[in-house]
Amino acid sequence: MVTSLGLDSRKMAFWAFIGSECLLFTSLISTYLVYKGRSVVGPYPHEILNIPFTSVSTFDLLMSSLMMVLALAAVQRGDMRWGKIWLFSTALLGLVFLGGQVIEFTEFVHKGLTLQTNLFGCTFFVLTGTHGAHVSVGVLWLLTLWVRALQGKLTQANAMTVEITGLYWHFVDVVWIVIFTVVYLIQ
Amino acid sequence: MKSWLTTTDHKRIGLLYFFTAFAFFLIGGIEALVIRAQLAQPNGHLVTAETYNQLFTMHGTTMVFLALMPLSASFFNYIVPLQIGARDVAFPRLNAFSYWVFLLGGLFLNASWLVGPLFHAGTLNVAPDGGWFGYANLTERQFSPGPNIDFWLLGLQILGISSLAAGFNFIVTILNLRAPGMRMMRVPAFTWMTLVTQFLVITAFPVITVGLAFLMFDRFFGTHFYVHEAGATPILWQHLFWLFGHPEVYILILPAMGIVSDVLPTFARKPLFGYTVVVYSGVLIGFMGWGVWSHHMFSVGLGPIADSVFSATTMLIAVPTGVKIFNWIATLWGGDIRGTTALHFAVGFIAMFIIGGLSGVTHASPPADLQQTDTYYVVAHIHYVLFGGTIMGLFAGIYYWWPKMTGRLLSETLGKWHFWLQFIGMNLAFFPMHFIGLLGMPRRVYTYPPELGVADLNLVSTVGAFLIALSILVFLVNLLRTRTHGQRAGNDPWGGATLEWSIASPPPVYNFSVIPTVANRLPRWKTEHHEPMRDPPTTPPAPIHVPGGSWWPMLAALGLPILALAPLTHTLWLAFVGAAVLLAGIYLWAFEPFEA
Repeated sequence: MVTSLGLDSRKMAFWAFIGSECLLFTSLISTYLVYKGRSVVGPYPHEILNIPFTSVSTFDLLMSSLMMVLALAAVQRGDMRWGKIWLFSTALLGLVFLGGQVIEFTEFVHKGLTLQTNLFGCTFFVLTGTHGAHVSVGVLWLLTLWVRALQGKLTQANAMTVEITGLYWHFVDVVWIVIFTVVYLIQ
Repeated sequence: MKSWLTTTDHKRIGLLYFFTAFAFFLIGGIEALVIRAQLAQPNGHLVTAETYNQLFTMHGTTMVFLALMPLSASFFNYIVPLQIGARDVAFPRLNAFSYWVFLLGGLFLNASWLVGPLFHAGTLNVAPDGGWFGYANLTERQFSPGPNIDFWLLGLQILGISSLAAGFNFIVTILNLRAPGMRMMRVPAFTWMTLVTQFLVITAFPVITVGLAFLMFDRFFGTHFYVHEAGATPILWQHLFWLFGHPEVYILILPAMGIVSDVLPTFARKPLFGYTVVVYSGVLIGFMGWGVWSHHMFSVGLGPIADSVFSATTMLIAVPTGVKIFNWIATLWGGDIRGTTALHFAVGFIAMFIIGGLSGVTHASPPADLQQTDTYYVVAHIHYVLFGGTIMGLFAGIYYWWPKMTGRLLSETLGKWHFWLQFIGMNLAFFPMHFIGLLGMPRRVYTYPPELGVADLNLVSTVGAFLIALSILVFLVNLLRTRTHGQRAGNDPWGGATLEWSIASPPPVYNFSVIPTVANRLPRWKTEHHEPMRDPPTTPPAPIHVPGGSWWPMLAALGLPILALAPLTHTLWLAFVGAAVLLAGIYLWAFEPFEA
């Protein structure tokens, strides 16, 4: 379809959506920063955050973005065999990240940090939980594309769909880079 | 019936928005009348304090989210695609989704009036009662234990999704679906203001979403986002709310400004004076709207620097607004003016909005604002801006575009009656509130003692409110009468310059038989520079594909109130049902063969 700006409408809508999501995460991250150091009881961030562990899951999520790039490239050149492989790998690495988050959350709860414990617990779980929810949606989306590809219903003609999925996935990844820096690295 | 339930036609969705929003407008109006009846005399006892709290909360929430925003949305839907020469919006099914979410969210919110018995309380007992801005920590479970605030926050979350979805849709529609030659600086002013409004929607709503999510976690999961004892500060709520809330004010007023910018040139038979400046002022208001939120919070005591900065930005934002007002007046100046009802409302808008704007500037000074905060002075201000401004502007739009939407002209005689009754009514209702407020009557208090000396002024205000109600009745009679007796409108009853007047009224389902090519800003007018364009032929020269309807946007929308019922009733399985319905709707929607 010919459009006024020559851009695909779905892609433009998605960029607008990402702009909107930026405000969502900005609000969450700002709240985390405003409440930093204001908890009246422990556990405090430095006692509980496991940087090496989270570095590994951050690396995992970064690699999933690489897989996403490869998936899009494969679909764009019509190579659906590798397209399927890379789509599945992206989803798999996303699942690994989510698994890491489950392990991390469980460990924190065992160490006495829950949603209700203190302001650190509230802001940390709601911020990283919202991000985790976004990753979950992404995984579901990627697996849907993968199944469609297995059925032969996702082909080179649908490259734009994969590109938009990629936009979402990379955005969620970039948000994690910010969260990892703000929450874990700068304590 | 089925064709309306599954419709993805922007014109039908526009009408659905209009009638639904107007019904909510009437409900919000009845709430206002009960409030005014209660305040007609000192020591009034028509309703209890508890009922009164619910009435003013629901009045504010209903008018902002269920009446004014969706009434604007009905024009976005109906008029914007016609003004840019498009066959529909960019995402017709997403558009239907926005409508159904709005309808269900509105019903969810208003169900709170009736369902008290389900929560072991009386009817009229569990409606939201924390004010339309729901200040934490009053809205925390500790201080508001009932389901009232739950209805409010869950209802607003649902409605936010509707606005966001529409926001993405209209941004893409306006940027990407313009007819050939329709450059951005040829886009009609109303469509331009719609675009600015949608950018405000998609940036402001995520902020309130987060604020409400924190409140939700506090109320349902025992977090401490607004709990002072845990080290948190309830001021966080105020910042998040007003970071959304002030752009929201412009979300409410910019569409009306756009309508007036289209109505005035038509009835003055002159191009909009300084079109470029009007458009840029609108864009500037959109940007500056993000830098004034703390003027709602002067009484918090944020310190001299914050107060000074927000005071200055608040005064500054009056500049682009003033620029627009001068441009509107200059548009009328020397014009060949036809005093139609639409023009009456447009001029009424300018006059009333100036009063509201001036009282707004008085809030910009923190010392003065401290005297005004939480008094009826503020109530006077917002009603001059939102009733005198937005409602007047919307009625200008209704009288202007109703013939396009239905094919019949509203009665001008009844229209004039409507205008004058409403104009006199609103000034009687809201002007005394300035004095009532400055004399010391606080807002949101269910009654007042005779010693305060505001009894007469309050009575005048109540009389004014009932005059407004009468004017709305006249309007409803006009609507009904027009259905059968209205004069046929033809393509263009007003001699409009923009594309929507080049096609039949109501337009055929495909809008334009041939997509027009636009060569200038006033395509249908003859000026010294160009001849008018030729209107598209009545019958399409080639068959036009029109997308069919779809059930799935409605199904997906249905998942949201079910999801919201889960926390409200503390029933976990409802969350799974809601999520399943939402997912089913989305998947069926995504895989449905549908060509827009």
